[in-house]
Amino acid sequence: MTLHTILFVIFASVAIVTSVLVVTRRSPIIAALFLVLNFAALAGLYLLLSAQFIAVVQIIVYAGAIMVLFLFVIMLLKPEVEQRFFENDPMLKWGSLIVGLLTLILLIYAIFLTTGRTVIKTDLNTAVQIGKVESIGQELFTSFLLPFEAIGFVLLAATIGAMILAKKKLR
Amino acid sequence: MNLLPFYLSISAFMFIMGVIGVLTRRNAIIVFMSIELMLNSANLTFVTFSSYLGNITGQLFVFFVMAVAAAEAAVGLAIIIAIFRNKSTMNVDQINILKW
Repeated sequence: MTLHTILFVIFASVAIVTSVLVVTRRSPIIAALFLVLNFAALAGLYLLLSAQFIAVVQIIVYAGAIMVLFLFVIMLLKPEVEQRFFENDPMLKWGSLIVGLLTLILLIYAIFLTTGRTVIKTDLNTAVQIGKVESIGQELFTSFLLPFEAIGFVLLAATIGAMILAKKKLR
Repeated sequence: MNLLPFYLSISAFMFIMGVIGVLTRRNAIIVFMSIELMLNSANLTFVTFSSYLGNITGQLFVFFVMAVAAAEAAVGLAIIIAIFRNKSTMNVDQINILKW
């Protein structure tokens, strides 16, 4: 067991356990805090995959900005008492659980079938090189310049839209 | 030890948990958080293949997905606040004006 494998097991188990807890906790604030932990574990997995820039952005944007937005909205709204998981409409709950688990089994079977057949070589040097801020910035401002500008307009439209929607008088 | 299928399996597991959350939970904010979970599982697959194939495009796509997720969260939470102001509930079963 190398250090990489040990860290992978730690981050992976944290990600799996917290993703279950996000869906099953009844209180939204506890679910949101477990989601922050899940994002942090994902940032660790990104670091193991030598994507340093994405890992840092994951912490800053997701665990920082987006989750703070969620927590502020939870703070502003009245907390509602949620029912237990199987209390309301148990047929729907069991149905979605069964469908989800079957799909999961299918996906994992397909993943192990295809990755067992074709071996993808990892060259750690190239992986570290392409994860750097320098190479990402270079690619972003050359071949992905148009989508980069478009995403700026998307964010502007979202900001204006959010302000208009959250205003007091809608008409 | 080749960890590629395990990274992809974590991604699949998180995606399915997000799907189950959207289907079963009735609190609009938790439905939203499940959607974020699904977006993140897709991001993990992108980064995994980007790293294993030595191709940078996957990480750029993750960058764009994050920007879209931020915009989606801002607009969606504003919509939730507007709905809560009018109907004073977050239960998605009671928000049924657009149903026939």
